[in-house]
Amino acid sequence: MTSLVETAERTRAGLGESVRRPDGDPKAKGEFEFSSDLGWEGMLWGHLLRSPHPSARITSIDLAPALAVPGVVAVLGAEDVPGRPTYGLDYPDQPVFASEVVRYVGEPIAAVAADHPLTARRAAEAIVVTYEVTQPLVDTVLAADAPPIHRLGNVLMHQDVVHGDPDATGAVTVEGYYETGMQDQAFMGPESALAVPAPDGGVDLYLATQWLHVDQDQIAACLALPPDKVRLHLAGVGGAFGAREDMSMQVQLSLLALRTGRPVKIVYSREESFLGHVHRHPARMWYRHSADEHGNLVKVEARIILDGGAYHSSSTAVTLNAACFAAGPYRVPNAVIEATAVRTNNPPCGAMRGFGAVQVCFAYEAQMDKLAAALRMDPVAIRLRNALRTGDRLLTGQVLAGTAPVAEVIQACAGAPLPAGGPDDVPDIALPGGAGRTAERSRVRRGVGFAVGFKNLMYSAGFDDYATARCRLEEGRVTVTSPAVEVGQGLVTLQQQIARDVFGVDEVHLGEATTSGIGSAGSTSASRQTWMTGGAVQGACEAVADRLLSSVAQRLELPRARFEISGGRVRTLDGSVDLSLADAAHGRVFEETVVYRHPPTDELDEKGQGNAHVSFAFAAHRAVVDVDLDLGLVRVAEMTTAQDVGRVLNPLQVVGQIEGGTSQGVGFAVMEEIVLDKGIVRNPSFTDYIIPTALDSPPVHIAGLIEQPEPGSPHGAKGVGEPPSISSTPAVVAAIRDATGLDLSRVPVRPQDIALALAVLDKERP
Amino acid sequence: MTTVKPERLDYVLKVNGREHHVHDADLAENLLFVLRERIGLMGSKNACEQGECGSCSVLVDGGLECSCTMLAASAVGREIVTVEGMTPRDGGLSDVQEAFVAEGAVQCGFCTPGLVVSVTDLLARRPDATELEVREAISGNLCRCTGYGRILAAVRAVQEERAALAEQVGL
Amino acid sequence: MPVFVPRSLEEAFAALAEAPDAQLLAGGTDFMVEVNYGHRSPSTVVALAQVPELRGFRREGDEVVLGAGLTYTEMESPGLSALVPALAQAARTVGSPQIRNAGTIGGNLATASPAGDTLPVLAALEASITVGRGDGTRRTLTLDELVTGPKRTSLQPGDVILDVRLPAGRGRQEFLKVGTRNAMVIAVASAAVVVDFERHTVRIALGSVGPVVIRAREAEHEAERLVDWEARRLTGRLEGWGDFGELVRAAARPIDDHRSTAAYRRHAVGVCACRALERAVSGLEREAA
Repeated sequence: MTSLVETAERTRAGLGESVRRPDGDPKAKGEFEFSSDLGWEGMLWGHLLRSPHPSARITSIDLAPALAVPGVVAVLGAEDVPGRPTYGLDYPDQPVFASEVVRYVGEPIAAVAADHPLTARRAAEAIVVTYEVTQPLVDTVLAADAPPIHRLGNVLMHQDVVHGDPDATGAVTVEGYYETGMQDQAFMGPESALAVPAPDGGVDLYLATQWLHVDQDQIAACLALPPDKVRLHLAGVGGAFGAREDMSMQVQLSLLALRTGRPVKIVYSREESFLGHVHRHPARMWYRHSADEHGNLVKVEARIILDGGAYHSSSTAVTLNAACFAAGPYRVPNAVIEATAVRTNNPPCGAMRGFGAVQVCFAYEAQMDKLAAALRMDPVAIRLRNALRTGDRLLTGQVLAGTAPVAEVIQACAGAPLPAGGPDDVPDIALPGGAGRTAERSRVRRGVGFAVGFKNLMYSAGFDDYATARCRLEEGRVTVTSPAVEVGQGLVTLQQQIARDVFGVDEVHLGEATTSGIGSAGSTSASRQTWMTGGAVQGACEAVADRLLSSVAQRLELPRARFEISGGRVRTLDGSVDLSLADAAHGRVFEETVVYRHPPTDELDEKGQGNAHVSFAFAAHRAVVDVDLDLGLVRVAEMTTAQDVGRVLNPLQVVGQIEGGTSQGVGFAVMEEIVLDKGIVRNPSFTDYIIPTALDSPPVHIAGLIEQPEPGSPHGAKGVGEPPSISSTPAVVAAIRDATGLDLSRVPVRPQDIALALAVLDKERP
Repeated sequence: MTTVKPERLDYVLKVNGREHHVHDADLAENLLFVLRERIGLMGSKNACEQGECGSCSVLVDGGLECSCTMLAASAVGREIVTVEGMTPRDGGLSDVQEAFVAEGAVQCGFCTPGLVVSVTDLLARRPDATELEVREAISGNLCRCTGYGRILAAVRAVQEERAALAEQVGL
Repeated sequence: MPVFVPRSLEEAFAALAEAPDAQLLAGGTDFMVEVNYGHRSPSTVVALAQVPELRGFRREGDEVVLGAGLTYTEMESPGLSALVPALAQAARTVGSPQIRNAGTIGGNLATASPAGDTLPVLAALEASITVGRGDGTRRTLTLDELVTGPKRTSLQPGDVILDVRLPAGRGRQEFLKVGTRNAMVIAVASAAVVVDFERHTVRIALGSVGPVVIRAREAEHEAERLVDWEARRLTGRLEGWGDFGELVRAAARPIDDHRSTAAYRRHAVGVCACRALERAVSGLEREAA
């Protein structure tokens, strides 16, 4: 495995190599500027007042006490929004400031700007809001039929998928009810931005986000400004994982800057961060799988309810995904799937790595294990038997045209050797319970579990998905400019690698990521940027190279076909001409901006049929866990994985995505959950929303990076960010089932789910 | 005894070997806030301000601590070292920093300064720490991007390099 | 709004004389979290971290005296862990290395959280806590005299916790803590057990299963009955936990909260006490803290 992970070397540094990331040095020194590190002369600090109630009518708001606090410069509320009072990714249904009603705990009501962050916070707390608290709607099964809590209604999205014969039956049927809790992205860099009012009446915003241009559109609408007066500049992003797709404080902050005429900065506390961004949709899923006596799937039926929380966010696409991927990466001749996202007074849910495919994978992989047990088949064998292949038809009727090495990822992963030894062979601190010293070796049982999952790459269902990039060659210097957001995944490295391959230069400069003067690169999500921005950068670099060569050929009166760029020089194939890039350019500046689009996709019809997706990626995981049978504590000892990657463009960065995504999946399996009590978040802190530490995160063995270049992908590569977070969770739970014999139909699995269930079984034993 | 006067506070902190005069500060400011907003050392990060993530890790009199849980004014008289103090002045990287970048341990980078401080401190005290000991020693530094795999590889790389150097020098 | 940074106990008391309502600050790992989130707004602080009289520990005959400013890292030191192994075990489970370098035993006592990790150990070892005042008076408290409720103590303005006295090298000690993550986790249930082969006593203290640490006295008596003091083993296996486990569970008064359920806490503390007793009696070598 180490051969895949070579230390970054300074060689050709093009595609396929573990090229060192360009922002690594400043990050390691603490010099890299994240959005929370920004500062400006004369800067004020902002703070938002948020609702403590999940559901209430606002009967009065008195901002005056905040204005009276020394050091406060401005206090704003709903009446101060000049443009559209609401925003949102799918529908603008979310108020900038609540004024008549609050629909979730944490909903912003007012904003304060002051000369010190503590003053801003204290002043916000001085604002007097009177509420008439109302009963929150939190039951997702009842929500669709309950009185609407928003004029747009309580059903955010519904997607049916009917495939084949709904009445088909199989020899064996298994049913199950599954639940997934509310996972949080829990990125390290808190939400933060700096807004600077401009002389032209506009505003410059320096921020962390996932998509500059979609923020720009929404902000401009709310500020009643033309987009060119709302200029967004990307600051350092401390992770995202979906939580920055929706806006956080962008509009409120801009309003404070415009009102005060001064730069204003807001940085969320961690508690505020937990309240201030969307989470993963909790899911309730009822499933029925039937198969023939050989284990071939005959039909999958599923009813899925997603808790969308108070506002729409991206519930449309999450629901669509859940429906499309509800049966897993298998050949399913018949299916009836219903997926609904409902509005509740729970915190809003939206994008999180895996985006609907995570929840259903937990359910369908549990179902596959149940089928295997019912048929007395090996769980890996039943998956191989049904594994999708290129040319198969999906639930949506779409023929899987691209690569589909599902069997390969299953075999690579399942075929990897299991760790030698067991819980008896590890030091005490490596047993479940860690430093708490609770484990008794005789009561620790090891289990092994397996799962495979998939999802789409890029946006779907008719969305006009594109990416813009620019290449500029000036005096031999290559600059790539893209507004695509780097969140840590290494997109900036890739952009340089692509340019190096085209020009053969060592140095590739990266321009600022900004909305000014360049079109959108689309969202950093849906595992799409390697493909989309990769394609745009490739196109822009090639366009510059082509024009350069044409220009040289014309000037030297030689056929264009004789020229190539290699090793940072312009040469004829016979070596008779050999120029530096600067000399070849002969004083001209070459700049090309390319908009890259993937092939168009179709919307799904009322039966969920249509060619809605561009491409798919598959991954498998095998988990080895040790379980303390009496305390229900789980130590994930090892994860093994294999992934369909198309082509590895940067081995070190691919490994980083796989290890990180796997760790998040492990967290979701055994420890991560936003705990809600009638709409109130009980654990908005790292004390009680626990993510894996270095003592919890298992070693990840990559058993296979399956490289079958994807037709249509600019470099043959598939995005790698999401698949690791999809099959990892069900693999861990399958392993716990193996160790304990318990059903376990919910994630995260809590100690009591194991310990108390086993204790009851122990008592019942004769 | 040092008594810091009421209302707005003025005091002196010793950071990375230099004295910094803090003026007109609020009593409730924690050391992390003062390091960043008053002294201008932005390397220590503010991921939680609860002592739960380690992104604000500094050394105080040689001991690894979270600067967010220290009252800044109470840190007078202590020797504070931040990630900036562990960065060579010549523009290069320490061996720990270099390993982090070279081994892919840096993704978004928000946890990186805190980890550089923790790992630098760990390897100075226990150069031969086993993987499990390293995991326990960095269990107070949360990383959401990497799953810690490449971070552990970076620590191993530093250990191997230092051991090789020590051998060369005949230690 | 002053901050006093005394460099001696005398200076600390002088500061308190000037500002009796001042907030005492040791490691800050509990207090500063409250401040950072705006839940506490100190007007005066007396920072104790640099008061030498509160630092370190010393042996006094068959007792060990821990300064209130002793950090968790210092509790894990080989010298002290040999004298009070359960305290070292508990210290290792607290927070993170960063927290362990700053947090103190005095702070753990003054915060008086129901989940305070050292508190079950102090209860099982029947610790004496010395509290002093600026007028020179000193008084000694047991843990339940000091900690009166969840996050409530009997401390008055002007009181300073000075030290904690524990028996040195008493019997076999075990501390077990249940948390839902392997590091940096608040205890969901914990148990400290001390088996004294000289006095033929068993002490069992339960943490995180009540508003304060609970001494499971009936379970202690049952355990004393179960121990074969000559052979140094338990008579009969604690199969299905038996009466002993039932008594431990009956002593617990846990609640449901966002971290766990009362039912699980009750079950888990029973498991912990049984395992701790078995290990303490059988003396099976466990990895040292």
